[in-house]
Amino acid sequence: MSEPISALNHASYTGIAKVEECGLQGMITLRGDLSDKVLIKAVKDATGQKVPGQREALIKGDTGVCWMSTDELLVLVPYAEVETKLAVMSNALSGVHALAVNVSDARAVFRIAGANAREVMGKLAPVDLSAEAFQPGQIRRSRLAQVAGAFWMDDDETFRVVCFRSAADYVFKLLKVAAQPGSEVGVY
Amino acid sequence: MSTRLAKQGRLIDRSKQVTFTFNGTSMQGYEGDTLASALLANDQMMMGRSFKYHRPRGVVASGAEEPNALVGLGQGNRFEPNQRATTTELFNGLTSASQNHWPNLEFDIGAVNKHLSRFLPAGFYYKMFIHPKPFWKHVYEPFIRQSAGLGKAPDKDSRDADTYEHFYAFTDILVIGGGIAGLQAAKAAAQSGAKVMLIEQTAHWGGRAPVDGGTVDGQPVDKFVEQLVSELETMDNVTMRSRCMGAGVYDHGYVLGYERLTDHKPGAQGPRHRLWRIRAKQIVTATGAIERPLSFAGNDVPGVMLASAMRDYVVNWGVTPGDRVIVATNNDDAYRTAIILKQAGVDILRVVDARATAGPLAEEARQLGIRVDPGKAIAKVKGGKRVKKVALCNQDGIGGAREEIECDAVAMSGGWSPVVHMWSHCGGKLLWDEANAHFHPDPERPPLGANGEGFVVAAGAANGAMPLQDVLFDAQTAGEAASNAAGFTPVTADAPKGADVAEAPMEPVWLMPANADIQLRMKSWLDFQNDVKVSDVQLAAREGYESVEHTKRYTTLGMATDQGKLSNINGLAILADALDSEIPKVGTTTFRPPYTPISMASIGGEARGDVFQPIRQTPMHNWHDKNGADWEPVGHWRRTYAYVRPGESVHDAVNREVKNTRENLGLLDASTLGKLIVKGPDAGKFLDMMYTNMMSTLKVGKCRYGLMCSENGFLIDDGVVARIDEDTWLCHTTTGGAERIHGHMEEWLQTEWWDWKVYVANVTEQYAQVAVVGPNARKVLEKLGGMDLSKEALPFMEWRDGKIGDFDCRAYRISFSGELSYELAVPASQGQAFWDALTEAGKEFGVMPYGTECLHILRAEKGFIMIGDETDGTVIPQDLGLHWALSKKKEDYLGKRAHSRTHMADPERWKLVGLETVDGSVIPDGAYAVGEGVNANGQRNMIGRVTSTYYSANLGKGIAMGLIKHGPDRMGEIVEFPGTDGKSYKAKIVDPIFFDKDGEKQNV
Repeated sequence: MSEPISALNHASYTGIAKVEECGLQGMITLRGDLSDKVLIKAVKDATGQKVPGQREALIKGDTGVCWMSTDELLVLVPYAEVETKLAVMSNALSGVHALAVNVSDARAVFRIAGANAREVMGKLAPVDLSAEAFQPGQIRRSRLAQVAGAFWMDDDETFRVVCFRSAADYVFKLLKVAAQPGSEVGVY
Repeated sequence: MSTRLAKQGRLIDRSKQVTFTFNGTSMQGYEGDTLASALLANDQMMMGRSFKYHRPRGVVASGAEEPNALVGLGQGNRFEPNQRATTTELFNGLTSASQNHWPNLEFDIGAVNKHLSRFLPAGFYYKMFIHPKPFWKHVYEPFIRQSAGLGKAPDKDSRDADTYEHFYAFTDILVIGGGIAGLQAAKAAAQSGAKVMLIEQTAHWGGRAPVDGGTVDGQPVDKFVEQLVSELETMDNVTMRSRCMGAGVYDHGYVLGYERLTDHKPGAQGPRHRLWRIRAKQIVTATGAIERPLSFAGNDVPGVMLASAMRDYVVNWGVTPGDRVIVATNNDDAYRTAIILKQAGVDILRVVDARATAGPLAEEARQLGIRVDPGKAIAKVKGGKRVKKVALCNQDGIGGAREEIECDAVAMSGGWSPVVHMWSHCGGKLLWDEANAHFHPDPERPPLGANGEGFVVAAGAANGAMPLQDVLFDAQTAGEAASNAAGFTPVTADAPKGADVAEAPMEPVWLMPANADIQLRMKSWLDFQNDVKVSDVQLAAREGYESVEHTKRYTTLGMATDQGKLSNINGLAILADALDSEIPKVGTTTFRPPYTPISMASIGGEARGDVFQPIRQTPMHNWHDKNGADWEPVGHWRRTYAYVRPGESVHDAVNREVKNTRENLGLLDASTLGKLIVKGPDAGKFLDMMYTNMMSTLKVGKCRYGLMCSENGFLIDDGVVARIDEDTWLCHTTTGGAERIHGHMEEWLQTEWWDWKVYVANVTEQYAQVAVVGPNARKVLEKLGGMDLSKEALPFMEWRDGKIGDFDCRAYRISFSGELSYELAVPASQGQAFWDALTEAGKEFGVMPYGTECLHILRAEKGFIMIGDETDGTVIPQDLGLHWALSKKKEDYLGKRAHSRTHMADPERWKLVGLETVDGSVIPDGAYAVGEGVNANGQRNMIGRVTSTYYSANLGKGIAMGLIKHGPDRMGEIVEFPGTDGKSYKAKIVDPIFFDKDGEKQNV
């Protein structure tokens, strides 16, 4: 296998917040009945996490699980382990109606870090990002200006943003504009 | 003359001088000045010319309502026309220029219009430009275009030098307006614990209360404001933004705030404007009130100003608009101007009060030695570019028995109108207040939210509360009401006690003098910017215009960039009088956002330059870019149209690629094609509904080409479907169809067949997909090694998983070119490496990448249809001769029922054929075929059209496909296609398969 390369190969930028492409992240789209015991166990085995509630993200580093809709989860595993974990999961789910599929290469992931991270995101996503409304442990599937994007917080000053791989260049440029020097909003 | 006073000017810093230019002349002002106050300080009273008659105009107001003092601001990449001098903060190096004149402000050729004014009455354009008809295109339209618009458009080669952004904000309560009412309402609301945002359009808090005076809880107003502001600043739940205008109120508590970050310091770091997109549970509009002009002859001469504006200039900026001033009024408030100016050392020659009696402020003025004339009016202001004289008369009368007084400025006050714009934007209704002669919000009929309750509360002067004590009480009440409505428990408190001088009632004066003759009415301006006079509105009424909305458009009253902030109420009062109706019956025109014009760039936000639109890129995008890609947009994707080598034209490159792919080896980046995984026990049943042909019977390991129709039977997509395992299919879609077809599938699954066990996932971008095409396709892959790709191991229309070289790969043996062809899917993050490997290994086999145009030509040579070329949303499979793909075994599929409708089954429908020009030329794209005779409109009858047309380098001639009436029955006939180039193209109807009819090349 040749060396896999993420969409922007760790490009980064520092303005009022630091923006960087995180490299490859293993991701599995899992669709099924979220209350099914077999599915719950498969998620636990792959990530060590329970099935998240609505708009919940249970993530440690590059492993975890996010709620995407009433019948869809996004399972995060280290990139190198995704095929193995997917095989185990698919095998475990063979008796139930579910779909688990590798989407790691279909995505790009960014980290936005710093005291102004909330404001940078607040310029692009129509989401209440005040500390009262949005905290680590939550995920939003929303948009970043003109493209789809999902994001959660790793800590109070750090976002991770997932978008489609084809939009990586656009999203990186967007984040650079939103983080340009002198553009602090001063509300969060 | 207008000049800087030695004292006063609470907003300017006299220690900081600022240099700026107006029409190329260098001038001095102070930090804190507006452009208008600085121009006045330099005795520049005339600031522009009006739109229609090019009359000299000076500043009339001191804020957002200004209609006259519009300038072109900045230069080059920062030039902007129509900027209000009254809301432009002065900065060092500001350059400004007046507008709408030629050759210059002082001498203007266009001013002849004013001598023609009696020939340019209301509705002039409608009356004049109708006859004679041919004049419109060659005479009238060029003339109107020439005179359209006030300011100059920026140079076409200039590019905005600044950046802009949006910000999404969420709050419980938004207070619009940071005057004394807004501040108090914000405090009252915030004390409930609610999250409060307070926005103010100017750079200062407190609005006009510090100018108008009075006391609050025994201390001067400005001290009270100072205290209130610092109190709010310490509250964690309050966000305050100055230089941020409430631009519009929309459904569901959505508000646009327009923040001007660097207008007062151009070139500073950061965005110039920020558009706040605010969601609020409750909105308090504390937008104040605007003073109305009085309608007397010559009320537009530079030097005639609103009384409140005149005292603003004195108190805020230490500037007096004149040395000898006459004040005309119908209310007590204007006496404040007389008193303030007098105390500043300005000569007040007379207060002309249309009323018989005035209140204590008049007495105070008298004691200062000001002469007050009750029952008097201004008959006429004389002077061209500057007030020279004023003729006075009795208010009751036609304007005779005049007394003339020399003076250089006139202050006028016709009473105050609450700013009800924000209240009205989303449907709030108004009440007419007889006593104050103004419209104010009707609290019983606010704009309603999703729950049927009001979501806007008006406060202070914007609610019709005028005296200081009423303003504060009303604001406190509004803040408490808003917090209650937002679900908080208000902390009820007494409002601070405001105290100012009691005022005698005002009297409505819509015309001065009351029975002014026609000569005076023709010089009495209602709308200063658009040159609408009292006589114009009266003429409109005589001509039958009864609706205020119609009159507005007929006369252009209130249609200028100021949207009638000064003219609307006066205009509709004149209309009501002319119609012998009452003002509330005539009603107002519609208040629409934005409150004042906001920059187009702020609406665009970040979406400009590099991020104007998303450009989707495949994993090999950068390689294409470095290797001569001539880009073609396909949806948001960029695909390579052709790889142009140095010295080649694009056409040359296409021809080279077309020949090489047929003769040697071509590589196509097919990553953009949609890939949808459809899985579940009911997936086969589901796909049988989605596609017109049978997919449930497809064997694992095999591929089948499928068609998709909408419910109405029209083709919406096509592609190759592969069966992955017992429960799983992979559906390829067109490039533009991936998201659309994914949504289409989800919609049917979620709304109609919710009980079917099927899951769909869009995995389009998981894979880089490369088509390896041409006689040498197998050779290059065998050279890389790995899986068995022989005809026996991987027959045509089958797929296998395996390895090619180092790469995990899914190989589809499918062909859209008619050549031996493999489409190879590898993980996207290895796409570039895979492409590199193929390029390297392919060298000895004559490999060349090819673009979308080559792809199109190859498929057209084979007669393969393309969604979007052969289809346009009105085409059904039968039109394209695709009957073979319509299952007869299936009971149902989307589109089946529609295909049996009479129009769909009509033998007269245009049908697909090949077209071959008789002389080998290429039929122009989009050309129509003409038949015998003409239709009812005298146009030639159409019998078909071209859907795809190319030059085929392989065949050495033009080839095309088209839809022709009875086409398949007319093989060999010649059809005519008139081009738009004056030529007519003759083409023979032929079979659409031009190349390798038996498909031998792909099946090797």
